[in-house]
Amino acid sequence: MNTNMKRRLFLKASVAAGTVGMAASAGLLMPRTVLAAWNEAAFKADTLAAALKEGLGSDALTESAEVLMEVPPNPENGAVVPVAVSTTLAGVQSIAILVEKNPSPLCGVFTLGKRMKPNVSIRVKVSESADIIAVVKAGDKLYSTRTPVKVTIGGCG
Amino acid sequence: MASKSIKLKAKAENGETTVKALIKHPMETGRRKDKESGQLVPSQYIQEVSCSYQGEPVMTAEWGPTISMNPFLSFTFTGGAAGEEIEMSWKDNTGDSDSASATIT
Repeated sequence: MNTNMKRRLFLKASVAAGTVGMAASAGLLMPRTVLAAWNEAAFKADTLAAALKEGLGSDALTESAEVLMEVPPNPENGAVVPVAVSTTLAGVQSIAILVEKNPSPLCGVFTLGKRMKPNVSIRVKVSESADIIAVVKAGDKLYSTRTPVKVTIGGCG
Repeated sequence: MASKSIKLKAKAENGETTVKALIKHPMETGRRKDKESGQLVPSQYIQEVSCSYQGEPVMTAEWGPTISMNPFLSFTFTGGAAGEEIEMSWKDNTGDSDSASATIT
């Protein structure tokens, strides 16, 4: 079992209130179910670098003109900011969206099944004006683009 | 399949199917204070979403609480034809879940 898995099992077991955590620590879950555990460390990371390392395995991003992001530059309401990410890169494994100054920068990671085209549209919360960063994992390397977004009303409540 | 929270549409065109989903869910971060009581509203957010076609996962996503309330999501996959089915499901941090199926048009 590699370190990542051990850490995830430890985190899951230590979330005492979570049913999955209790079941996992009681050895009741099959390993296959535990492998599908939500990446708590990535979503709770409070810096961009930590969110990238936990969520995508690295914070080494290569800015690429092949990663495209459409987002309104001045959304009034930071609670609902539409982001559309697409890319012309081949072999895309996942697409992640982060908001640099959110208390927890990682918004979501989309893992592509073999049929899925490398584009996704979603709506995210932006707590204060910041860069939105789209990261495409292709060939085990991380390619990114970022756009500054200015919000009038912060989105995280 | 009737779903309590997922409005799912899929349209096939030129060998590709575009999926659009609107999921009714509060996506509470756990950081918001209720205006009347002054208490923090407990977190309640979707953590996993998946969509499958012909028994094969087309997309799986891990989300955190900074995805907007009532998430709208759209993506495209190669293949699919009118009359075929797709399924989508989600699970949140409270143990709640839901799923829906839709016929591709």
